[in-house]
Amino acid sequence: MTEPAVQLENAKRSFGSTAALDDLSLDIPQGDVLSLVGPSGCGKSTLLRVISGVERLDSGHVFLNGRPVDGDGFIEPEARGVGFMFQDYALFPHLSVRDNVLFGLKKRKRADATARAQDLLGRLGIAHLAGRFPHALSGGEQQRVALARALAPEPGIILMDEPFSNLDQGLRQRVRDETLSVLRASGTTVIMVTHDPQEALSAGNRVVLMRKGSIVQAGTPYDLYDRPVDAYAAAFFSALNAVPGFIRGGRVETRVGTFAAPSGLTREGKTTVFIRPDAIHVTTVPGDVQARIRQRVFLGTTENVVLEVEGLDQPLTVATPTRLPVDADMVFFSVLPRKVLIF
Amino acid sequence: MHAHPFMTATAVAALLALSPSMSAAAELNVYTTREPALIAPLLEAFTKSTGTTVKTVFLKDGLAERVVSEGESSPADILMTVDAGNLVDLAERGVTQPVDSDVLTSAVPAQLRDAKGHWFGLSMRGRVLYAAKDLDLTTFHYEDLADPKYKGKVCIRSGQHPYNTALFADYIAHHGASETEAWLSGVKDNLARKAAGGDRDVAKDILGGICDIGIANTYYVGLMTSGKGGEEQAKWVQAIKVVLPTFKNGGTQVNISGAAVAKHAPNKAEAVKLLEYLVSDDAQKIYAEANYEYPVKAGVAADPIIAAFGPLTIDKTPLSEIVGHRKEASALVDKVGFDN
Amino acid sequence: MPASSPATGLFRPSGRRWPGCAGLVVLVVSLPFAGLASEALKGSPGLWAHLISSILPVALVDTVILLTGVGLLTATLGTAAAWLVTAYAFPGRRILEWALLLPLAVPTYIIAYAYLDILHPIGPVQGAVRWLLGYESPRQFRLPDIRSMAGCILLLGFVLYPYVYTPTRAMFLTQPGNLIDAARTLGMSRHAAFRRVALPMARPAVAVGVALALMETLNDVGAAEFLGVRTMTVSIYTTWVTRSDLPGASQIALMLLLIVVGLVAFERWARRKQGYAGDTRRSRGMTPVPTGRLKGLLLLSAGLVPVLLGFVAPATYLVTEAWKRYQFAALSPRLLQEAVNTIVIAMLATAVTITLGLLIAYAARLRPATGWFLRLSTLGYAAPSTVVAIGVLIVLGNADRFIDGAALQWLGISTGLVFLGSGAAVVYALTVRFLAISAGGIEAGLSRIPLSLDHAARTLGQSPSGTFRHIHLPLSKTAIAAAALLVFVDCVKELPATLLLRPLNIETFATHLYGEAARGTYEEASIAALAIVAISVLPVIFLSRVGIAGPASSVLARDNDHGEGVRI
Repeated sequence: MTEPAVQLENAKRSFGSTAALDDLSLDIPQGDVLSLVGPSGCGKSTLLRVISGVERLDSGHVFLNGRPVDGDGFIEPEARGVGFMFQDYALFPHLSVRDNVLFGLKKRKRADATARAQDLLGRLGIAHLAGRFPHALSGGEQQRVALARALAPEPGIILMDEPFSNLDQGLRQRVRDETLSVLRASGTTVIMVTHDPQEALSAGNRVVLMRKGSIVQAGTPYDLYDRPVDAYAAAFFSALNAVPGFIRGGRVETRVGTFAAPSGLTREGKTTVFIRPDAIHVTTVPGDVQARIRQRVFLGTTENVVLEVEGLDQPLTVATPTRLPVDADMVFFSVLPRKVLIF
Repeated sequence: MHAHPFMTATAVAALLALSPSMSAAAELNVYTTREPALIAPLLEAFTKSTGTTVKTVFLKDGLAERVVSEGESSPADILMTVDAGNLVDLAERGVTQPVDSDVLTSAVPAQLRDAKGHWFGLSMRGRVLYAAKDLDLTTFHYEDLADPKYKGKVCIRSGQHPYNTALFADYIAHHGASETEAWLSGVKDNLARKAAGGDRDVAKDILGGICDIGIANTYYVGLMTSGKGGEEQAKWVQAIKVVLPTFKNGGTQVNISGAAVAKHAPNKAEAVKLLEYLVSDDAQKIYAEANYEYPVKAGVAADPIIAAFGPLTIDKTPLSEIVGHRKEASALVDKVGFDN
Repeated sequence: MPASSPATGLFRPSGRRWPGCAGLVVLVVSLPFAGLASEALKGSPGLWAHLISSILPVALVDTVILLTGVGLLTATLGTAAAWLVTAYAFPGRRILEWALLLPLAVPTYIIAYAYLDILHPIGPVQGAVRWLLGYESPRQFRLPDIRSMAGCILLLGFVLYPYVYTPTRAMFLTQPGNLIDAARTLGMSRHAAFRRVALPMARPAVAVGVALALMETLNDVGAAEFLGVRTMTVSIYTTWVTRSDLPGASQIALMLLLIVVGLVAFERWARRKQGYAGDTRRSRGMTPVPTGRLKGLLLLSAGLVPVLLGFVAPATYLVTEAWKRYQFAALSPRLLQEAVNTIVIAMLATAVTITLGLLIAYAARLRPATGWFLRLSTLGYAAPSTVVAIGVLIVLGNADRFIDGAALQWLGISTGLVFLGSGAAVVYALTVRFLAISAGGIEAGLSRIPLSLDHAARTLGQSPSGTFRHIHLPLSKTAIAAAALLVFVDCVKELPATLLLRPLNIETFATHLYGEAARGTYEEASIAALAIVAISVLPVIFLSRVGIAGPASSVLARDNDHGEGVRI
């Protein structure tokens, strides 16, 4: 069987009293596109830096393609064959776009290197920028140069630290899709750090959620969204409505409905039920529970409706694709039982 | 490493270019605290008459430290300096060696050389009074410097300068430490300006009306009068006259310039030859006429400019005794805040 | 994010040879102080009783007064000049910008002796005043003597203010102009905006500059000797020379060094929380306000005052004196050889100092844990030259004796004095003295390069040395050039170490000048003095061309914490 592209074993790294990596273990299979997500300071950037070798572990091991690179011995970053794209792109200001891309190709024959650089610049649609210097480029252009530079030496693994965060919203999605398609096509293993939950879910075939130097949950985007392991993981990817409930005889009773308790939940008594805004169906047709509209925020495809429900201290937020009448006041809603989260 | 081989090579080459060649025929290395221009004529004359090339390094302070540091490897043959105290220091720090030469002992009076031959005085200078020309003054005692009638009228260089500490040490020899302290206090009170600068500034400041009298060395008058220092200094010196002061119970305080043969001198024979040359009539004449110093050798006349000050009565306190009081004098200077 | 910030103190692996070499360098440049300490340990009976009763009360107070005075004067002059050329646009401003640097070319001992003559009762100034007032002789009317504490403070202030001017000007230039604009829209006048926004933000730069000026002040023996000011440095001298007490002098020197190090540490500690966040990449500097013709002329004249007093007057004096001397005695043939010696020694010392500075600064970047190397390498700058020279003498004397002895024993040949006999001792001493300028300036230059560039280069296959060669060297060449120029000028001006340590038959302009000055033949000295100023002026002008702001300013306080603030 093939070795994982990246393997971390009990990785530990602290800065002062803060643990950036707290006994973290993780396998990343070849060809994966992995989104590393978490709040700032959770250690995700440190993880990238440890994999690339610009940061060293206090204890634990790192293997790249089965080769130990940190732990007992230490392999310098230049000998790891790992590409790195930085949040600020880190383009060398004194080198032209072409020379930036050629920088990682110094060991190749000049002609080969030039051909490779030319090819990459062409594929990324920036061949016309080759003679320019970084300060004369727009953000999107800089991003593509950085990508070209990281890809040039054909690394088996590429690390990206918030690579799209400096781009405008509109540009961002397009550049992201382009970038990832290039990377998927080359079969490169990608580890991308982001703090944007939407980006994490949409970009990778695997998502790792971190908090305080540890992994909270790892899995497919669907796993993390639909089956979060705890309230923290659930709340990370969208807003949540928290509704008090009571467990009794395998069922959870709440003001907004009664739901089957998940199998394995044996305790009884008070609990909190979490409901995502898109798990509530709202309509003007009289139905399950009545509520009063307090506020409406129109977003285009969906509309956020804030509902006051009698018997609940906190209002409920609902994201609905159905347009309610402009003058709607009292509405009715029902909760999709399958999407109710109980921990 | 990033040290460029080219740079290293250049550095080595340049250093070699700077460093003197390791060996040559007859040569002699002189470490001197005397300014190059002062001794150059003497050394040139020596080279001309013997064929021995002379290299010098002019140092200010740290002559002894440097020779001590260099130890047995020192290339120094001759150590040349001014002030008896400095010569005694060299001998005490063990960087000199005794020289047994009849030429030297017969030329240099006994009180102007080390009894064991570690150093020899080569020239003398008096520590004398420069006075404004119009001042009615023909005789002067060092003691008078503290006379309140000169309040705000006295100029002198730093009390810590060896020329002054030697004078003050002589004062201690004559009057004892406590009387010297009182006297120094009095002189300090009379100062027209800070005790700073050099001896020539005394003449300049008298011309500038800052002070009326001051203490300085004899030879500066020769250098300034002769015009060797330029027109300006010739103007300064015209504002003053020289009075040879004496201690009330003694004579005029005199200091020496001198030389010693270094303990590890690689060229001892040449070194002794140079010393012997320096007390020859020719060399003594150069001392007198080029540098305006008093020759140490009997029978060689002082320069007319210097001789015009009148007959010099050398104070009888032996140099060795003066040297012995030197540190005490320096401490007194601090104590009365002479330079503050 | 740590990856892009230039200054986070994170441990980074690799490049272990660099820190190792840097450690070695620091060891070598610290040796002279070990030599001094060993000398001090020999003990000096009765020294401290004498010091405490007679010397310290006066010398300490005088030193404090001198430092306070010079500090206030340089801070005021430097900041005002910097504000003038950054806040206002007036005809002549471009010229003034670099002209204000010129006094840097005038060593303290030269300005002291020049003014002693210029302001003497028989000199040109008082002569003119007497002529105007109708007095005949200086006995009737005299101005106060320059030989005083006040005179010393004034003269030192007028040649040392560029140390404050340069970093402060750079600070004003990079200071976000929008902050000033914001202050103005909040109802402040331009003056108030200066006082309440620009000035407080420039404070770190001013502090750094003043610290440098004060070190130069402590270093000075020549001016103090000419002007009769008794500082601690002069006391070290007296103890050594007049009382032949080297152990005692070493003890005072080490005590003084300790005080300086303590003050520097205190200053850093006091400013530890003073970080200003600001994205200077996006900010544009202040736009100078155009002034009317009259006001412009007024500002120009005000700005020219320090240039006139600190450079033009002494330089004119030197030119006149040198010309007179030239007519009187023609040029000494020695001058050409001295010029070669001066330049060769200064260039060698600069090359060594810059190479070692690069090493230390880059090692500190590779491994911030070695940052204290950088601090330690500044010791030589905080110590008076004489002290460094004695330390070097002790160390190299021993080394020379050892090498010679070993060669004689094993090879049967005498090597003579390898270090003291060649220029190596002088180069070593100059390196010890000025490494701080080089390491500090280069370090400041490096700190403006984001760490992510290092990491990018490493992940693209470059070793630490390759990264240094391909990234840091090209990106910090301005800082390196500026540091080199400053070190060069300092080497040309340096006197005590060159005097004590140079080989036989080698004279430089500075030692020639000293030889003449010691003899009192100032006119002869004026040619050498003019040569020193002339050699120094070119680099100083060039310094302003490379758009610098005194690399030295970062020597003591690397102000990473206020972003790219001090542009060096």
